[in-house]
Amino acid sequence: MCLAIPTQIKTIDDNGIATVELGGVERQISLIMTPDAKLGDYVLVHTGYAISLMDLEEAQASLEAFAELAVIQEAMEAEEVARMGDPSGAAEA
Amino acid sequence: MKYIDEFRDPVLARRLIAEIRQEVAAHPEIRPVRLMEFCGGHTHAIFRFGLRQMLAGDVEMHSGPGCPVCVTAASDLDTAVAMANLPNVILTTFGDMVRVPGSQGTLQEIRAGGADVRIVYSPLDALAIARDNPKHEVIFLGVGFETTAPGIAATLVQAEQEGTPNFSVLSMHKLTPPAMRAILDAGEVALDGIIGPGHVSAVIGSDAWKFLPEHYGIPCAVAGFEPLDLLGAIAALVHAMAEKTPGVFNTYGRSVRPEGNPVAQQMLDRVFEVATTPWRGFGDVPESGLRIRESFAHRDAALRFPVEVEVVGEPPGCRCGEVLRGVIDPTECALFRRVCTPRNPVGPCMVSTEGSCAAYYKYGEME
Repeated sequence: MCLAIPTQIKTIDDNGIATVELGGVERQISLIMTPDAKLGDYVLVHTGYAISLMDLEEAQASLEAFAELAVIQEAMEAEEVARMGDPSGAAEA
Repeated sequence: MKYIDEFRDPVLARRLIAEIRQEVAAHPEIRPVRLMEFCGGHTHAIFRFGLRQMLAGDVEMHSGPGCPVCVTAASDLDTAVAMANLPNVILTTFGDMVRVPGSQGTLQEIRAGGADVRIVYSPLDALAIARDNPKHEVIFLGVGFETTAPGIAATLVQAEQEGTPNFSVLSMHKLTPPAMRAILDAGEVALDGIIGPGHVSAVIGSDAWKFLPEHYGIPCAVAGFEPLDLLGAIAALVHAMAEKTPGVFNTYGRSVRPEGNPVAQQMLDRVFEVATTPWRGFGDVPESGLRIRESFAHRDAALRFPVEVEVVGEPPGCRCGEVLRGVIDPTECALFRRVCTPRNPVGPCMVSTEGSCAAYYKYGEME
């Protein structure tokens, strides 16, 4: 029930009603709870209301943090492959 | 889609899984890590992306009570059914609610018997029905957590401002932190960490979960609903356990701020006040519900249309209550799959699309 979808604001009228696309259908939603949202911004929409203004920088920061963890893992995997290629287990030797 | 596809990168996901497994292997004392995902949406995402199997042995996932339809008490459903049966009433609600069985049947069944029950996407649609039907009383069945309640509050305020007199709300809203406390206080299920609900936290803020590390000493990671979101949250929790540094980690920063959405919180406070409320499977949970304030009493369906219902128990054999508290997995219920199926559900956890039983049923074969 707490399903909410990020979607882009296509139009905004004087009453803070925005047009967005949800699942291929155009819908009117209320921006009353995201007063800073502007045309072109992405908002998180739940039951006809935007409940959060999406933060692009935070999205990038999360992806970078995930990638950083993955890089450590990638390095370890590479090490593993190198070690397996060398029966003595000392890849550097 | 932006903000979704980039959080589904399969290569990154595989590496995160390996990273989680490695950290657990390096700290055998924390194995298996027992996590609860509070939110039913997370339960479905975890199954859908196969994360349970990929982490099996190292990380156990327990489903929590985060399905508003599932935790609605049977007696509250009976109240809704009784109201829908009143003359001149149009009862409006979200789609999931109409199939949940109370002791007097479902809303769908009484609709077939002539009651006017309508499914809406938004409470604003219910208000539009009230405008279009001035000779009828339109009741909106207000079910949902902190994610949903602000929109219903805003709709109620709008009805007031535009002067639509025939619109009222039956508030069965529930607050998530008190339920989390109730689970931990009961001590029926051992948990090492909590995946905090993403869209609830967009409203209440990730700081609202600070009581978990501070009072219970367990970490909480607020997560989004894509595979990288969930794996990032699990990695944060495993790391906190390994390092013995419980805290609140917000891995869903694109939607969730530490302080939440203050406008939505003000909307809640304007219309609702906190009250003790019954949860299916829990009984009365102190300060866990939202009732309409006296200043909006004329829009409180519970006051305007008083109906008498008996307090009833669960359907015979149904173990939804234990499933909701995370004490058993759905497969441990004797009715699961044999008697209780999505086509013929006995309890609400099989009815709702985000119920645990529905998730186990839908994805169970793959395990």
